[in-house]
Amino acid sequence: MLKYLKCRDVPHSSLRMHKALMEGTMLIKIIDPTAAREHEVTPQALYLDRRRLMASTARSMIAAGATGISGLMSSMAFAAKAYEKVPKGSPFDTNEALTPLKDVTSYNNFYEFGTDKGDPKINSGSLKPRPWKITVDGEVEKPTSFDIDDFIKTKKLEERIYRLRCVEAWSMVIPWIGFPLADVIKAARPNSKAKFVAFTTLLDPAQMPGQKSKILDWPYTEGLRLDEASHPLAFLAVGLYGDTLPNQSGAPLRLVVPWKYGFKSIKSIVKITFTSTQPKTTWNVMGPDEYGFYSNVNPNVDHPRWSQGKERRIGELFKRKTMMFNGYDQVASLYTGLDLKKNF
Amino acid sequence: MKKLSARQQLHLEKSVLLLVLMLPLARIIFDYFQDSLGANPVEAMTHRTGDAALQILLLSLAVSPIQRYFRFRRAILFRRLLGLTAFFYGLLHFSIYLVFDQELSFGDTFADVAKRPYITMGFSSLVIMLPLAITSTDKMIKRLGGPKWRRLHKAVYAAAVLAVIHYWWLVKANITIPAIYGGCLALLFASRMIRQTRNLSRKNY
Repeated sequence: MLKYLKCRDVPHSSLRMHKALMEGTMLIKIIDPTAAREHEVTPQALYLDRRRLMASTARSMIAAGATGISGLMSSMAFAAKAYEKVPKGSPFDTNEALTPLKDVTSYNNFYEFGTDKGDPKINSGSLKPRPWKITVDGEVEKPTSFDIDDFIKTKKLEERIYRLRCVEAWSMVIPWIGFPLADVIKAARPNSKAKFVAFTTLLDPAQMPGQKSKILDWPYTEGLRLDEASHPLAFLAVGLYGDTLPNQSGAPLRLVVPWKYGFKSIKSIVKITFTSTQPKTTWNVMGPDEYGFYSNVNPNVDHPRWSQGKERRIGELFKRKTMMFNGYDQVASLYTGLDLKKNF
Repeated sequence: MKKLSARQQLHLEKSVLLLVLMLPLARIIFDYFQDSLGANPVEAMTHRTGDAALQILLLSLAVSPIQRYFRFRRAILFRRLLGLTAFFYGLLHFSIYLVFDQELSFGDTFADVAKRPYITMGFSSLVIMLPLAITSTDKMIKRLGGPKWRRLHKAVYAAAVLAVIHYWWLVKANITIPAIYGGCLALLFASRMIRQTRNLSRKNY
Protein backbone atom coordinates (compact mmCIF):
# COMPACT_ATOMS: atom_id res chain seq x y z
CA MET A 1 0.00 0.00 0.00
CA LEU A 2 2.77 2.28 1.06
CA LYS A 3 4.59 1.68 -2.15
CA TYR A 4 1.94 3.26 -4.33
CA LEU A 5 1.90 6.46 -2.38
CA LYS A 6 5.49 7.20 -1.67
CA CYS A 7 6.57 8.22 -5.15
CA ARG A 8 4.69 11.29 -6.16
CA ASP A 9 7.08 12.60 -8.74
CA VAL A 10 5.76 12.49 -12.25
CA PRO A 11 8.13 10.61 -14.54
CA HIS A 12 9.61 13.00 -17.08
CA SER A 13 8.15 11.08 -19.99
CA SER A 14 4.64 11.66 -18.79
CA LEU A 15 5.03 15.38 -19.38
CA ARG A 16 5.42 14.60 -23.02
CA MET A 17 2.43 12.34 -22.79
CA HIS A 18 0.43 15.04 -21.16
CA LYS A 19 1.26 17.32 -24.06
CA ALA A 20 0.26 14.58 -26.48
CA LEU A 21 -2.98 14.18 -24.66
CA MET A 22 -3.67 17.91 -24.85
CA GLU A 23 -3.02 17.85 -28.55
CA GLY A 24 -5.35 14.93 -28.86
CA THR A 25 -2.84 12.58 -30.44
CA MET A 26 -3.60 8.90 -29.92
CA LEU A 27 -1.00 7.14 -27.94
CA ILE A 28 -1.23 3.56 -28.99
CA LYS A 29 0.10 4.16 -32.45
CA ILE A 30 3.77 3.84 -31.62
CA ILE A 31 4.85 0.66 -33.32
CA ASP A 32 8.62 1.04 -33.55
CA PRO A 33 9.92 -2.07 -31.79
CA THR A 34 12.90 -0.19 -30.40
CA ALA A 35 10.50 2.04 -28.58
CA ALA A 36 9.04 -0.89 -26.71
CA ARG A 37 9.42 0.46 -23.24
CA GLU A 38 8.04 3.85 -23.97
CA HIS A 39 5.26 2.28 -25.92
CA GLU A 40 4.24 0.04 -23.11
CA VAL A 41 4.69 2.61 -20.39
CA THR A 42 2.71 5.35 -22.01
CA PRO A 43 -0.80 4.13 -21.44
CA GLN A 44 -0.47 3.58 -17.73
CA ALA A 45 1.12 6.95 -17.16
CA LEU A 46 -1.64 8.48 -19.17
CA TYR A 47 -4.28 6.70 -17.21
CA LEU A 48 -2.80 7.68 -13.94
CA ASP A 49 -2.32 11.21 -15.10
CA ARG A 50 -5.81 11.45 -16.42
CA ARG A 51 -7.35 10.11 -13.31
CA ARG A 52 -5.12 12.21 -11.09
CA LEU A 53 -3.88 9.23 -9.21
CA MET A 54 -0.58 9.36 -7.50
CA ALA A 55 -0.72 5.64 -7.45
CA SER A 56 2.38 4.46 -9.18
CA THR A 57 6.09 4.19 -8.90
CA ALA A 58 8.66 4.65 -11.57
CA ARG A 59 9.68 1.09 -10.90
CA SER A 60 6.26 -0.28 -11.66
CA MET A 61 6.43 1.43 -15.01
CA ILE A 62 9.73 -0.15 -15.85
CA ALA A 63 8.31 -3.51 -14.85
CA ALA A 64 5.33 -2.78 -17.04
CA GLY A 65 7.70 -2.22 -19.92
CA ALA A 66 9.24 -5.61 -19.38
CA THR A 67 5.96 -7.49 -19.17
CA GLY A 68 4.35 -5.91 -22.13
CA ILE A 69 6.97 -6.80 -24.69
CA SER A 70 5.38 -10.14 -25.49
CA GLY A 71 2.32 -8.28 -26.60
CA LEU A 72 4.29 -6.00 -28.87
CA MET A 73 4.30 -8.18 -31.95
CA SER A 74 0.57 -8.36 -31.95
CA SER A 75 -0.05 -4.81 -30.83
CA MET A 76 -0.24 -3.80 -34.46
CA ALA A 77 -3.57 -5.57 -34.46
CA PHE A 78 -5.46 -2.67 -33.01
CA ALA A 79 -2.73 -0.10 -32.70
CA ALA A 80 -4.00 1.27 -35.98
CA LYS A 81 -7.50 1.17 -34.67
CA ALA A 82 -8.53 3.61 -32.00
CA TYR A 83 -10.80 2.61 -29.19
CA GLU A 84 -13.40 4.66 -27.48
CA LYS A 85 -12.55 5.77 -23.95
CA VAL A 86 -15.18 5.01 -21.39
CA PRO A 87 -17.34 8.10 -20.83
CA LYS A 88 -17.20 9.53 -17.31
CA GLY A 89 -20.07 8.43 -15.14
CA SER A 90 -21.00 5.59 -17.47
CA PRO A 91 -22.11 2.32 -15.84
CA PHE A 92 -18.99 0.83 -17.42
CA ASP A 93 -16.71 3.18 -15.50
CA THR A 94 -15.65 3.49 -11.89
CA ASN A 95 -13.86 6.25 -10.05
CA GLU A 96 -11.95 3.75 -7.96
CA ALA A 97 -8.17 3.70 -8.24
CA LEU A 98 -6.86 1.47 -11.01
CA THR A 99 -4.71 -1.49 -10.01
CA PRO A 100 -1.20 -0.78 -11.32
CA LEU A 101 -0.36 -2.54 -14.59
CA LYS A 102 2.59 -4.20 -12.89
CA ASP A 103 0.24 -5.98 -10.48
CA VAL A 104 -2.39 -6.75 -13.12
CA THR A 105 0.24 -8.57 -15.19
CA SER A 106 2.26 -10.27 -12.44
CA TYR A 107 -0.45 -11.67 -10.16
CA ASN A 108 -2.57 -14.05 -12.20
CA ASN A 109 -4.55 -17.23 -11.86
CA PHE A 110 -3.97 -18.96 -15.18
CA TYR A 111 -3.26 -22.59 -14.34
CA GLU A 112 -2.36 -23.35 -17.96
CA PHE A 113 0.96 -21.70 -17.07
CA GLY A 114 1.36 -22.90 -13.49
CA THR A 115 -0.52 -22.64 -10.23
CA ASP A 116 1.50 -19.88 -8.55
CA LYS A 117 0.30 -16.33 -9.07
CA GLY A 118 3.69 -15.39 -10.51
CA ASP A 119 3.87 -18.38 -12.89
CA PRO A 120 1.75 -17.07 -15.78
CA LYS A 121 3.99 -14.04 -16.28
CA ILE A 122 7.08 -16.23 -16.29
CA ASN A 123 5.73 -19.15 -18.34
CA SER A 124 3.30 -17.62 -20.82
CA GLY A 125 5.97 -16.64 -23.35
CA SER A 126 5.31 -19.93 -25.15
CA LEU A 127 1.77 -18.89 -26.03
CA LYS A 128 1.41 -17.66 -29.61
CA PRO A 129 -1.64 -15.39 -29.73
CA ARG A 130 -1.24 -14.83 -33.50
CA PRO A 131 -2.39 -16.35 -35.78
CA TRP A 132 -5.42 -17.41 -33.77
CA LYS A 133 -8.64 -19.00 -34.92
CA ILE A 134 -11.94 -18.64 -33.11
CA THR A 135 -14.89 -20.89 -33.87
CA VAL A 136 -18.48 -19.93 -33.20
CA ASP A 137 -20.83 -22.91 -33.48
CA GLY A 138 -23.65 -24.88 -31.87
CA GLU A 139 -27.25 -23.72 -31.87
CA VAL A 140 -26.73 -20.86 -34.32
CA GLU A 141 -28.00 -20.13 -37.76
CA LYS A 142 -24.56 -19.66 -39.18
CA PRO A 143 -21.62 -21.45 -37.56
CA THR A 144 -18.39 -19.71 -38.52
CA SER A 145 -14.77 -19.38 -37.68
CA PHE A 146 -12.62 -16.27 -37.80
CA ASP A 147 -9.07 -15.19 -37.57
CA ILE A 148 -8.68 -13.06 -34.45
CA ASP A 149 -7.54 -9.98 -36.35
CA ASP A 150 -10.38 -10.21 -38.87
CA PHE A 151 -12.70 -10.72 -35.94
CA ILE A 152 -11.44 -7.61 -34.16
CA LYS A 153 -11.63 -5.57 -37.37
CA THR A 154 -15.37 -6.02 -37.51
CA LYS A 155 -15.81 -4.78 -33.94
CA LYS A 156 -15.96 -1.31 -32.49
CA LEU A 157 -13.43 -1.34 -29.67
CA GLU A 158 -14.30 0.38 -26.44
CA GLU A 159 -12.88 0.74 -22.97
CA ARG A 160 -14.46 -0.63 -19.80
CA ILE A 161 -13.16 -0.07 -16.32
CA TYR A 162 -14.33 -2.99 -14.23
CA ARG A 163 -13.75 -4.39 -10.79
CA LEU A 164 -12.49 -7.97 -10.89
CA ARG A 165 -13.27 -10.07 -7.82
CA CYS A 166 -11.45 -13.39 -7.49
CA VAL A 167 -13.09 -16.27 -5.62
CA GLU A 168 -9.94 -16.23 -3.44
CA ALA A 169 -11.11 -12.95 -1.88
CA TRP A 170 -8.84 -10.48 -3.63
CA SER A 171 -9.79 -7.91 -6.23
CA MET A 172 -8.47 -5.48 -8.81
CA VAL A 173 -9.73 -2.58 -10.94
CA ILE A 174 -8.75 -3.03 -14.59
CA PRO A 175 -9.23 -0.89 -17.71
CA TRP A 176 -10.13 -3.38 -20.44
CA ILE A 177 -10.43 -2.84 -24.19
CA GLY A 178 -12.81 -4.95 -26.21
CA PHE A 179 -16.41 -5.23 -27.27
CA PRO A 180 -19.68 -6.42 -25.76
CA LEU A 181 -20.26 -10.17 -25.89
CA ALA A 182 -23.77 -9.28 -27.08
CA ASP A 183 -22.26 -8.12 -30.41
CA VAL A 184 -20.92 -11.61 -31.05
CA ILE A 185 -24.19 -13.20 -30.01
CA LYS A 186 -26.16 -10.96 -32.34
CA ALA A 187 -23.87 -11.71 -35.25
CA ALA A 188 -24.07 -15.46 -34.63
CA ARG A 189 -27.87 -15.41 -34.65
CA PRO A 190 -28.61 -18.13 -32.08
CA ASN A 191 -31.64 -20.32 -32.89
CA SER A 192 -34.57 -20.94 -30.55
CA LYS A 193 -32.86 -23.93 -28.94
CA ALA A 194 -29.91 -21.86 -27.74
CA LYS A 195 -30.12 -21.30 -23.97
CA PHE A 196 -26.47 -21.16 -22.93
CA VAL A 197 -23.13 -20.02 -24.27
CA ALA A 198 -20.08 -22.20 -23.65
CA PHE A 199 -16.48 -21.06 -24.00
CA THR A 200 -13.34 -23.14 -24.47
CA THR A 201 -9.70 -22.22 -23.92
CA LEU A 202 -6.94 -23.40 -26.25
CA LEU A 203 -5.76 -26.97 -25.62
CA ASP A 204 -2.07 -27.20 -26.51
CA PRO A 205 0.39 -28.40 -23.88
CA ALA A 206 3.29 -27.18 -26.04
CA GLN A 207 2.05 -23.62 -25.78
CA MET A 208 0.47 -24.04 -22.37
CA PRO A 209 2.93 -26.12 -20.31
CA GLY A 210 0.61 -26.26 -17.30
CA GLN A 211 -1.65 -28.57 -19.31
CA LYS A 212 1.02 -31.26 -19.10
CA SER A 213 -0.06 -31.94 -15.52
CA LYS A 214 -3.58 -33.06 -14.86
CA ILE A 215 -4.40 -30.39 -12.30
CA LEU A 216 -7.66 -29.50 -14.01
CA ASP A 217 -9.68 -31.24 -16.68
CA TRP A 218 -8.21 -29.52 -19.76
CA PRO A 219 -9.20 -27.69 -21.82
CA TYR A 220 -10.65 -25.08 -19.49
CA THR A 221 -14.32 -24.47 -20.22
CA GLU A 222 -16.78 -21.91 -18.94
CA GLY A 223 -20.36 -20.97 -19.63
CA LEU A 224 -23.13 -18.45 -19.14
CA ARG A 225 -26.88 -18.47 -19.53
CA LEU A 226 -27.76 -16.80 -22.83
CA ASP A 227 -29.47 -13.88 -21.07
CA GLU A 228 -26.42 -13.37 -18.83
CA ALA A 229 -24.17 -13.45 -21.85
CA SER A 230 -26.36 -10.89 -23.60
CA HIS A 231 -26.20 -8.44 -20.69
CA PRO A 232 -24.45 -5.18 -21.66
CA LEU A 233 -21.85 -5.71 -18.92
CA ALA A 234 -20.63 -9.03 -20.37
CA PHE A 235 -17.53 -8.18 -22.34
CA LEU A 236 -14.91 -9.78 -24.55
CA ALA A 237 -11.50 -8.19 -24.00
CA VAL A 238 -8.64 -8.03 -26.48
CA GLY A 239 -6.59 -5.49 -24.53
CA LEU A 240 -5.97 -3.76 -21.23
CA TYR A 241 -4.35 -0.52 -20.17
CA GLY A 242 -4.48 0.79 -23.72
CA ASP A 243 -2.60 -2.11 -25.22
CA THR A 244 -3.03 -5.64 -26.51
CA LEU A 245 -3.74 -8.29 -23.90
CA PRO A 246 -0.54 -9.71 -22.43
CA ASN A 247 -0.35 -13.50 -22.71
CA GLN A 248 -0.72 -13.96 -18.95
CA SER A 249 -3.98 -12.02 -19.01
CA GLY A 250 -5.58 -14.34 -21.56
CA ALA A 251 -4.36 -13.24 -24.99
CA PRO A 252 -5.68 -12.84 -27.57
CA LEU A 253 -9.32 -12.93 -26.47
CA ARG A 254 -10.88 -13.37 -23.05
CA LEU A 255 -14.20 -13.04 -21.37
CA VAL A 256 -14.83 -10.41 -18.67
CA VAL A 257 -17.94 -10.91 -16.55
CA PRO A 258 -17.46 -8.41 -13.73
CA TRP A 259 -20.36 -9.51 -11.50
CA LYS A 260 -19.05 -13.07 -11.29
CA TYR A 261 -15.94 -14.52 -9.66
CA GLY A 262 -12.84 -14.18 -11.81
CA PHE A 263 -12.61 -17.82 -12.86
CA LYS A 264 -15.78 -17.37 -14.92
CA SER A 265 -13.89 -14.88 -17.10
CA ILE A 266 -12.23 -17.54 -19.25
CA LYS A 267 -8.97 -16.72 -21.03
CA SER A 268 -7.42 -17.42 -24.45
CA ILE A 269 -10.73 -18.44 -26.00
CA VAL A 270 -10.75 -20.61 -29.16
CA LYS A 271 -14.38 -21.64 -29.21
CA ILE A 272 -17.77 -20.13 -28.45
CA THR A 273 -20.59 -22.67 -28.60
CA PHE A 274 -24.32 -22.04 -28.18
CA THR A 275 -26.00 -24.93 -26.37
CA SER A 276 -29.49 -25.97 -25.31
CA THR A 277 -28.33 -27.45 -21.99
CA GLN A 278 -26.11 -26.08 -19.25
CA PRO A 279 -22.50 -26.62 -20.33
CA LYS A 280 -19.86 -28.21 -18.14
CA THR A 281 -17.57 -25.66 -16.54
CA THR A 282 -14.10 -26.57 -15.32
CA TRP A 283 -14.14 -25.51 -11.67
CA ASN A 284 -17.70 -26.69 -11.21
CA VAL A 285 -16.67 -30.16 -12.35
CA MET A 286 -13.56 -29.99 -10.13
CA GLY A 287 -15.47 -29.01 -6.97
CA PRO A 288 -19.25 -28.78 -7.39
CA ASP A 289 -19.81 -27.87 -3.73
CA GLU A 290 -17.23 -25.07 -3.92
CA TYR A 291 -17.72 -23.53 -7.37
CA GLY A 292 -21.23 -23.18 -8.70
CA PHE A 293 -22.25 -22.68 -12.31
CA TYR A 294 -23.45 -19.16 -11.56
CA SER A 295 -20.64 -18.06 -9.25
CA ASN A 296 -22.05 -14.58 -8.88
CA VAL A 297 -20.06 -12.47 -6.46
CA ASN A 298 -22.11 -12.80 -3.27
CA PRO A 299 -20.87 -11.77 0.18
CA ASN A 300 -23.69 -13.74 1.80
CA VAL A 301 -22.75 -17.13 0.39
CA ASP A 302 -19.39 -18.28 1.67
CA HIS A 303 -17.05 -20.55 -0.18
CA PRO A 304 -16.91 -23.67 2.05
CA ARG A 305 -13.29 -22.97 2.86
CA TRP A 306 -13.25 -19.20 3.23
CA SER A 307 -15.54 -16.25 3.78
CA GLN A 308 -16.69 -14.19 0.81
CA GLY A 309 -17.79 -11.29 3.00
CA LYS A 310 -14.57 -9.35 2.49
CA GLU A 311 -11.87 -8.98 -0.08
CA ARG A 312 -8.38 -7.57 -0.30
CA ARG A 313 -8.06 -4.98 -3.05
CA ILE A 314 -4.62 -5.47 -4.55
CA GLY A 315 -2.50 -2.57 -3.31
CA GLU A 316 -4.23 -2.44 0.07
CA LEU A 317 -3.22 -4.20 3.26
CA PHE A 318 -6.58 -4.52 4.96
CA LYS A 319 -9.73 -6.05 3.57
CA ARG A 320 -12.82 -4.22 2.41
CA LYS A 321 -16.43 -5.38 2.27
CA THR A 322 -17.46 -7.34 -0.80
CA MET A 323 -20.49 -5.98 -2.63
CA MET A 324 -23.39 -8.06 -3.95
CA PHE A 325 -22.79 -8.79 -7.65
CA ASN A 326 -19.44 -7.05 -7.10
CA GLY A 327 -21.36 -3.78 -7.05
CA TYR A 328 -23.07 -4.36 -10.41
CA ASP A 329 -26.66 -4.23 -9.18
CA GLN A 330 -27.97 -3.81 -12.71
CA VAL A 331 -27.67 -7.59 -13.20
CA ALA A 332 -30.02 -8.38 -10.28
CA SER A 333 -33.04 -8.65 -12.58
CA LEU A 334 -31.41 -11.61 -14.32
CA TYR A 335 -31.88 -13.60 -11.15
CA THR A 336 -35.36 -12.67 -9.89
CA GLY A 337 -37.02 -15.73 -8.44
CA LEU A 338 -33.75 -17.65 -8.32
CA ASP A 339 -32.50 -18.81 -4.91
CA LEU A 340 -28.94 -17.51 -5.02
CA LYS A 341 -27.96 -19.55 -1.95
CA LYS A 342 -28.84 -22.76 -3.78
CA ASN A 343 -27.71 -21.53 -7.17
CA PHE A 344 -24.41 -20.15 -5.96
CA MET B 1 43.66 -17.81 19.33
CA LYS B 2 42.25 -19.16 22.53
CA LYS B 3 40.49 -22.44 22.10
CA LEU B 4 36.79 -22.25 22.88
CA SER B 5 35.42 -24.34 25.68
CA ALA B 6 32.81 -26.94 24.70
CA ARG B 7 30.11 -24.72 26.14
CA GLN B 8 31.28 -21.67 24.29
CA GLN B 9 31.48 -23.62 21.08
CA LEU B 10 27.93 -24.89 21.45
CA HIS B 11 26.78 -21.38 22.18
CA LEU B 12 28.46 -20.16 19.02
CA GLU B 13 26.97 -22.96 16.94
CA LYS B 14 23.52 -22.26 18.26
CA SER B 15 23.89 -18.58 17.47
CA VAL B 16 24.86 -19.38 13.90
CA LEU B 17 21.92 -21.75 13.57
CA LEU B 18 19.56 -19.09 14.93
CA LEU B 19 20.84 -16.63 12.37
CA VAL B 20 20.24 -19.15 9.59
CA LEU B 21 16.76 -19.88 10.90
CA MET B 22 15.96 -16.17 10.88
CA LEU B 23 16.80 -15.89 7.18
CA PRO B 24 13.18 -16.38 6.00
CA LEU B 25 12.11 -13.53 8.27
CA ALA B 26 15.02 -11.36 7.14
CA ARG B 27 14.04 -11.99 3.53
CA ILE B 28 10.44 -11.00 4.20
CA ILE B 29 11.53 -7.74 5.84
CA PHE B 30 14.07 -7.03 3.11
CA ASP B 31 11.56 -7.75 0.35
CA TYR B 32 8.94 -5.62 2.06
CA PHE B 33 11.19 -2.59 1.95
CA GLN B 34 12.33 -3.45 -1.56
CA ASP B 35 8.71 -3.60 -2.69
CA SER B 36 9.33 -7.11 -3.94
CA LEU B 37 6.72 -9.04 -1.98
CA GLY B 38 4.55 -8.90 -5.10
CA ALA B 39 1.05 -7.63 -5.73
CA ASN B 40 -0.35 -9.14 -2.55
CA PRO B 41 2.25 -8.64 0.20
CA VAL B 42 -0.01 -9.89 2.99
CA GLU B 43 -0.58 -13.16 1.17
CA ALA B 44 3.14 -13.47 0.47
CA MET B 45 4.00 -12.91 4.14
CA THR B 46 1.36 -15.41 5.23
CA HIS B 47 2.63 -18.07 2.83
CA ARG B 48 6.29 -17.54 3.60
CA THR B 49 5.91 -17.65 7.39
CA GLY B 50 3.71 -20.74 7.06
CA ASP B 51 6.28 -22.47 4.86
CA ALA B 52 9.07 -21.62 7.29
CA ALA B 53 7.07 -22.90 10.28
CA LEU B 54 6.28 -26.21 8.59
CA GLN B 55 9.78 -26.75 7.22
CA ILE B 56 11.50 -26.04 10.53
CA LEU B 57 8.96 -28.16 12.41
CA LEU B 58 9.72 -31.11 10.11
CA LEU B 59 13.43 -30.45 10.54
CA SER B 60 13.02 -30.63 14.31
CA LEU B 61 11.34 -34.01 13.89
CA ALA B 62 14.20 -35.17 11.69
CA VAL B 63 16.76 -34.60 14.44
CA SER B 64 16.73 -38.08 15.95
CA PRO B 65 16.84 -39.89 12.57
CA ILE B 66 19.71 -37.58 11.58
CA GLN B 67 21.46 -38.54 14.81
CA ARG B 68 21.17 -42.22 13.99
CA TYR B 69 21.67 -42.38 10.26
CA PHE B 70 24.41 -39.77 9.99
CA ARG B 71 25.99 -40.61 13.33
CA PHE B 72 25.73 -36.95 14.18
CA ARG B 73 25.05 -37.36 17.85
CA ARG B 74 25.28 -33.69 18.71
CA ALA B 75 22.24 -32.93 16.54
CA ILE B 76 20.02 -33.34 19.57
CA LEU B 77 21.60 -30.25 21.10
CA PHE B 78 19.89 -28.11 18.47
CA ARG B 79 16.41 -29.60 18.59
CA ARG B 80 14.99 -27.18 21.13
CA LEU B 81 16.07 -24.21 19.03
CA LEU B 82 14.44 -25.74 15.94
CA GLY B 83 11.18 -26.42 17.77
CA LEU B 84 11.02 -22.95 19.24
CA THR B 85 11.77 -21.31 15.90
CA ALA B 86 9.02 -23.36 14.24
CA PHE B 87 6.64 -22.13 16.90
CA PHE B 88 7.86 -18.56 16.39
CA TYR B 89 7.09 -18.70 12.66
CA GLY B 90 3.74 -20.34 13.37
CA LEU B 91 2.91 -17.50 15.72
CA LEU B 92 3.97 -14.93 13.11
CA HIS B 93 1.86 -16.72 10.51
CA PHE B 94 -1.18 -16.57 12.79
CA SER B 95 -0.51 -12.96 13.81
CA ILE B 96 -0.47 -11.79 10.18
CA TYR B 97 -3.84 -13.48 9.67
CA LEU B 98 -5.15 -11.99 12.92
CA VAL B 99 -4.05 -8.45 12.06
CA PHE B 100 -4.52 -8.15 8.31
CA ASP B 101 -7.28 -10.64 7.57
CA GLN B 102 -9.31 -10.28 10.77
CA GLU B 103 -8.25 -6.79 11.86
CA LEU B 104 -7.71 -8.02 15.42
CA SER B 105 -11.36 -8.92 15.80
CA PHE B 106 -11.16 -11.91 18.13
CA GLY B 107 -14.85 -12.72 17.65
CA ASP B 108 -14.47 -12.97 13.87
CA THR B 109 -11.25 -14.91 14.24
CA PHE B 110 -12.86 -17.40 16.57
CA ALA B 111 -15.82 -17.84 14.23
CA ASP B 112 -13.45 -18.32 11.29
CA VAL B 113 -11.32 -20.86 13.18
CA ALA B 114 -14.44 -22.80 14.12
CA LYS B 115 -16.05 -22.66 10.68
CA ARG B 116 -13.17 -23.30 8.26
CA PRO B 117 -11.74 -26.80 8.65
CA TYR B 118 -8.32 -25.87 7.28
CA ILE B 119 -8.03 -22.98 9.72
CA THR B 120 -9.21 -25.24 12.53
CA MET B 121 -6.33 -27.57 11.67
CA GLY B 122 -3.71 -24.84 11.53
CA PHE B 123 -4.92 -23.20 14.70
CA SER B 124 -4.98 -26.54 16.57
CA SER B 125 -1.44 -27.19 15.45
CA LEU B 126 -0.32 -23.88 16.96
CA VAL B 127 -2.30 -24.45 20.15
CA ILE B 128 -0.63 -27.85 20.60
CA MET B 129 2.78 -26.28 20.17
CA LEU B 130 2.14 -23.64 22.84
CA PRO B 131 2.57 -25.87 25.95
CA LEU B 132 5.55 -27.50 24.28
CA ALA B 133 7.19 -24.12 23.84
CA ILE B 134 6.40 -23.17 27.44
CA THR B 135 7.86 -26.40 28.82
CA SER B 136 10.98 -26.19 26.74
CA THR B 137 13.20 -24.66 29.43
CA ASP B 138 15.69 -26.72 31.46
CA LYS B 139 13.76 -25.81 34.58
CA MET B 140 10.50 -27.14 33.20
CA ILE B 141 12.14 -30.35 32.01
CA LYS B 142 13.44 -30.91 35.53
CA ARG B 143 10.15 -29.98 37.08
CA LEU B 144 8.13 -32.35 34.91
CA GLY B 145 10.71 -35.10 34.98
CA GLY B 146 12.16 -36.77 31.90
CA PRO B 147 9.53 -39.44 31.14
CA LYS B 148 6.57 -37.12 31.66
CA TRP B 149 8.22 -34.37 29.61
CA ARG B 150 8.91 -36.79 26.77
CA ARG B 151 5.35 -38.01 26.76
CA LEU B 152 4.07 -34.44 26.58
CA HIS B 153 6.43 -33.55 23.78
CA LYS B 154 5.25 -36.47 21.64
CA ALA B 155 2.37 -34.08 20.86
CA VAL B 156 4.70 -32.43 18.37
CA TYR B 157 3.78 -35.21 15.93
CA ALA B 158 0.14 -34.24 16.18
CA ALA B 159 1.11 -30.62 15.56
CA ALA B 160 3.03 -31.61 12.44
CA VAL B 161 0.22 -33.80 11.09
CA LEU B 162 -2.32 -31.01 11.65
CA ALA B 163 -0.03 -28.49 9.98
CA VAL B 164 0.28 -30.64 6.85
CA ILE B 165 -3.51 -31.18 6.75
CA HIS B 166 -3.93 -27.41 7.15
CA TYR B 167 -1.86 -26.85 4.03
CA TRP B 168 -3.46 -29.71 2.11
CA TRP B 169 -6.98 -28.49 2.73
CA LEU B 170 -6.37 -24.92 1.70
CA VAL B 171 -4.92 -25.76 -1.71
CA LYS B 172 -7.33 -25.35 -4.62
CA ALA B 173 -6.00 -27.79 -7.19
CA ASN B 174 -2.27 -28.42 -7.10
CA ILE B 175 -1.50 -30.53 -4.04
CA THR B 176 2.12 -31.22 -5.04
CA ILE B 177 3.77 -29.21 -2.28
CA PRO B 178 1.60 -30.32 0.63
CA ALA B 179 2.01 -33.87 -0.69
CA ILE B 180 5.80 -33.45 -0.48
CA TYR B 181 5.49 -32.28 3.13
CA GLY B 182 3.15 -35.19 3.82
CA GLY B 183 5.68 -37.56 2.28
CA CYS B 184 8.47 -36.19 4.50
CA LEU B 185 6.29 -36.62 7.54
CA ALA B 186 5.45 -40.21 6.51
CA LEU B 187 9.16 -40.95 6.14
CA LEU B 188 9.83 -39.60 9.61
CA PHE B 189 7.07 -41.78 11.03
CA ALA B 190 8.41 -44.80 9.14
CA SER B 191 11.92 -44.30 10.51
CA ARG B 192 10.53 -44.11 14.01
CA MET B 193 8.41 -47.22 13.55
CA ILE B 194 11.35 -49.20 12.21
CA ARG B 195 13.33 -48.23 15.27
CA GLN B 196 10.53 -49.17 17.62
CA THR B 197 10.02 -52.61 16.10
CA ARG B 198 13.79 -53.18 16.25
CA ASN B 199 13.86 -52.20 19.90
CA LEU B 200 10.96 -54.53 20.61
CA SER B 201 12.59 -57.47 18.85
CA ARG B 202 15.80 -56.81 20.80
CA LYS B 203 13.85 -56.98 24.04
CA ASN B 204 12.44 -60.35 23.05
CA TYR B 205 15.87 -61.91 22.91
